[in-house]
Amino acid sequence: MTENILSVNNLSKVYKAGGHDLTVLRDVTFSVKKGSMVSIVGPSGSGKTTLLGLCAGLDNSSAGSVYINDIRIDNLSEDEKAGIRSRYTGFIFQNFQLLPTLTVLENVMVPLELRGEKDIKRGALELLEKVGLGERSHHYPTQLSGGEQQRVALARAFSNRPDILFADEPTGNLDAETGEKIVKLIFELNRESGTTLLLVTHDLELASRTQRIIRLKGGELISDLSTQPNQQ
Amino acid sequence: MSKQSEVTWLFQMAWRDSRRSKSRLFLFISSIILGIAALVAIYSFNDNLKKDIDHQAASLIGADLVLSTNKQPSEKTEEYLKQLGDERSSEKSFVSMILFNRSGGSRLVQVRALEGKFPFYGQIETVPKGAAQELSNSNSALVDKTVMLQFGASNGDSIRLGEQSFIISGTLESVPGQTGLSSSIAPVVYIPMAYLQGTGLMQKGSRVNYSFRYRFGDPERLRKELKSIKTFAENASMDVDTIESTKEETGNTFQNMTEFMSLVAFIALLLGCIGVASAVHIYVKEKVASVSILRCLGATASQTTLIYLIQIALVGLAGSVFGSLLGLLIQQVLPAVMRDFLPIEITASVSYPAVLQGISTGLLVSIVFSILPLLTVRKVSPLNTLRASVDTSNSTPDRLKALVYFIIIIFLVSFAYLQLGDLKQAGIFTAGIALCFLILVAIANLLTKLARRYFPSNWAYLYRQGFSNLFRPNNQTVILIVCIGLGTALISTLMLVKDMLIDKVTTSSAEGKANMVLFDIQSSQKEAVAELTRGRGLPVMQQVPIITMRIEEIRGVTASEARRDTTLDVPARAFNSEIRSTFRDSLTSSEKIVDGAWVGKVAAGNAKVYVSLEKRYAERLRVRVGDEMTFNVQGALVPVIVGSFREVDWNNIQTNFRVVFPSGVLENAPQFHVLMTRLESPQQAAEFQQAIVLNFPNISIIDLNLVLNVLDNLMDKLGFVIRFMAGFSIITGIIVLITSVLISRYQRMRENVLLRTLGASTRQVLTITALEYFFLGALAGITGILLSFMAGWGLARYNFKIAFSPDLLPSLLLLISVCMMTVVIGLLNSKSTLNAPPLEILRKEG
Repeated sequence: MTENILSVNNLSKVYKAGGHDLTVLRDVTFSVKKGSMVSIVGPSGSGKTTLLGLCAGLDNSSAGSVYINDIRIDNLSEDEKAGIRSRYTGFIFQNFQLLPTLTVLENVMVPLELRGEKDIKRGALELLEKVGLGERSHHYPTQLSGGEQQRVALARAFSNRPDILFADEPTGNLDAETGEKIVKLIFELNRESGTTLLLVTHDLELASRTQRIIRLKGGELISDLSTQPNQQ
Repeated sequence: MSKQSEVTWLFQMAWRDSRRSKSRLFLFISSIILGIAALVAIYSFNDNLKKDIDHQAASLIGADLVLSTNKQPSEKTEEYLKQLGDERSSEKSFVSMILFNRSGGSRLVQVRALEGKFPFYGQIETVPKGAAQELSNSNSALVDKTVMLQFGASNGDSIRLGEQSFIISGTLESVPGQTGLSSSIAPVVYIPMAYLQGTGLMQKGSRVNYSFRYRFGDPERLRKELKSIKTFAENASMDVDTIESTKEETGNTFQNMTEFMSLVAFIALLLGCIGVASAVHIYVKEKVASVSILRCLGATASQTTLIYLIQIALVGLAGSVFGSLLGLLIQQVLPAVMRDFLPIEITASVSYPAVLQGISTGLLVSIVFSILPLLTVRKVSPLNTLRASVDTSNSTPDRLKALVYFIIIIFLVSFAYLQLGDLKQAGIFTAGIALCFLILVAIANLLTKLARRYFPSNWAYLYRQGFSNLFRPNNQTVILIVCIGLGTALISTLMLVKDMLIDKVTTSSAEGKANMVLFDIQSSQKEAVAELTRGRGLPVMQQVPIITMRIEEIRGVTASEARRDTTLDVPARAFNSEIRSTFRDSLTSSEKIVDGAWVGKVAAGNAKVYVSLEKRYAERLRVRVGDEMTFNVQGALVPVIVGSFREVDWNNIQTNFRVVFPSGVLENAPQFHVLMTRLESPQQAAEFQQAIVLNFPNISIIDLNLVLNVLDNLMDKLGFVIRFMAGFSIITGIIVLITSVLISRYQRMRENVLLRTLGASTRQVLTITALEYFFLGALAGITGILLSFMAGWGLARYNFKIAFSPDLLPSLLLLISVCMMTVVIGLLNSKSTLNAPPLEILRKEG
């Protein structure tokens, strides 16, 4: 067993568009250590979100391989990938992605229910307390503000105690003040649970608060630098 | 996750997800509610009909045993008939003219001369009560209420039948075994048998039906004797009916009717199913985001599909229960709708098997028809959480989809088989339905494409906007055209058929053509009748001799041999019926020889007699040109050779015959004559009829104007039943329309709000919405009417054999009604979205 939670080797993604091949990701290789916090940055269209989707098993690559916890996921079936996500991953999205027909509490419980866990209500409520929404557990997402919805998404993301948390522009839809609160919460929960964080953002200030920044441009990895002194 | 906890979770998720869309889910299923209601109503009606036939069969036939024949029974037969049963009643029935002495009105009726205490079970209902029991004591008559009404007659008036006058002692309200409809087509007049002779109507050659009815005190005795009675009856060419056989026959007759009705109900259900499939399709599209989140969180494709399938199934179950309850309510009115066609009183009790069948059918169809759109849930990518639109379409053929289509076909065939009990018919029904739907879909697609292709870009903005909604994404155009179109097609076809039938009779009585037929003219009266006709300035357009006969042998095979040995290829039933034939030396204008050669005259001496048969009749008899046959012409055997086959245009109102003899054979046989003439006014017709009835009481008259009235009446009654059944399909179409409008309003809402934000007034938005539904209604109406014109053309060409010239005005009115109805429903349903403040909706959408 290696100390890497995520390994990406020579990963490429090519789309067919109008009879032509469009390469959005070319030969990307990197790995992420357990418990670390890594950002992927780059301008629009650089392939950040595509890379995140491939790492999380949400999309199929054109070439290369992806390992989560030493399990190669790129060649698994859709349902097997779903199983991997249920066991090891959590997600935070730019547009929150809460189930609109479920209450706040139910949204948080879903990942645990999918794992077949019992007596989950208390844990879910505790998580909601942590993000400051214990009182709103029976509200529906449409009754919450954007920041509140993202806090519910955070509680949901940590509910199944993931090994790795994938966050796609988590503050992209929020004002600066609310965004800052959410970032603090992400880092706090991450530290408490020892979860690995892979963060996609175009906010360099936010990226600099992680331990490592991977830069993409035109679908290629152009740099992979540590933000900590004396570390690569 | 263990299997059990997975199932629990799936149900839990289905419930959670449905909480905020319960009303919408129920709306989808509401499209099938009416179909289920119609099925349950008809199944219950069917069940009750069976029970009621069983209970009322005795009063339906009125006796334990009935023997009947249209041949005068021989002395030996009479002897045999006299010793049967414990109580006897006999009847002679025939058609004749009745003359109301007070008003001078006359018309053709069915005269029944009665002897004995018939009916033994049930009763002849009259006003005043008990008039039937008093009948045998005097020269009194019971007259059908429709005729009494027609001539403004009342009890105590006198009528004349032949040479005998009768006092009307009662008005007939109902007769055992007779329906409201049959009494209006052939109204009945009862007279005592003892007074029949006095009418002078029983002459040689008269067509009389003889019925002998019996009551057996001990039913066991009848059971024991029945076999020998049947053998005797067969030899004497008599029909045998018992309570049991009546049960069976009545059941069979109405089975066809209820089968037809349940198939019509099934079509309404199918329309609803298509509505469900289309609504679920849109519902699933809206659920893509939730599905991709669930997939992202680790739910499998089958888990997400099952969540929605469970939802649909549960709501389908609720809809089916509701539909069944509604069906029980509708069932209460069915006996009233069908009253004119039923010879018995129908009860309306709850049939639990029918309810169960309705609920299970509803559940099954909601599952089967929602699986198809739900299959797309499997293909929703979790990547949708990251990107707004991910193309999940797959060009590779989907085996599961093919399997679902296969299941749907199997379901349709099985359902039709359950109704019809015949696999071939079930297959034809399914194929017919599929063809109908395909035609509708094809027309709908074509019209939509044409609308897009020839888009009127020079129209004003509001019109263009409303028109283009027909082919924009997520439109409901095709499904609505199918539903409303099918309903419109059914109603329009009905209107066309009614017009065609009426036209046919009207054309037959058009200028220059005969419109009154006199029959039963004795040879001795032939000249006098013609004289009387001409004397009144009326033309004698045709005068034809008619000779009644039976078939004795076909290719040397007799009736009993044909019955015994079915391998002889001679149909036994060919010998049963009485044939009315004629002789002449030339063909008429409505005949054409299609096989063999026409022989108009028999050469002198013992030359062979070549007869000509109508082609379809010959096919039924399974004879070929050159075959030998023997006819029994009222006792005299006449051997003949089939010389030719004729094609006959039966549409012409003139005397047409299945068998035509050459002249020189039947001239001296007992015969009666038919005379055809033309009268211009109802007054002239009434006077002429009166003169004939007074001078020649045995002669019967068919007045084509009366036929026209009866036909109109019949079509009205039949039309009501068909309209009632088509109503299910139309109302289902309306529900699907409401559902579709409500579903699509979520799509239209954003657009309308944006338009209003950009400065459109409520009136302008309202106009766009009204125009969209107007175009939709117009396309659906045009499709339905086009389809009915296709059906009408086919019926005119192949069935009625007349030129198809539809009256466009009723179709136009129908089209306008459909358009108006669609616009009103569309506007009523869109009202709430039109009144909503823009920001409220923009916030929701954001």
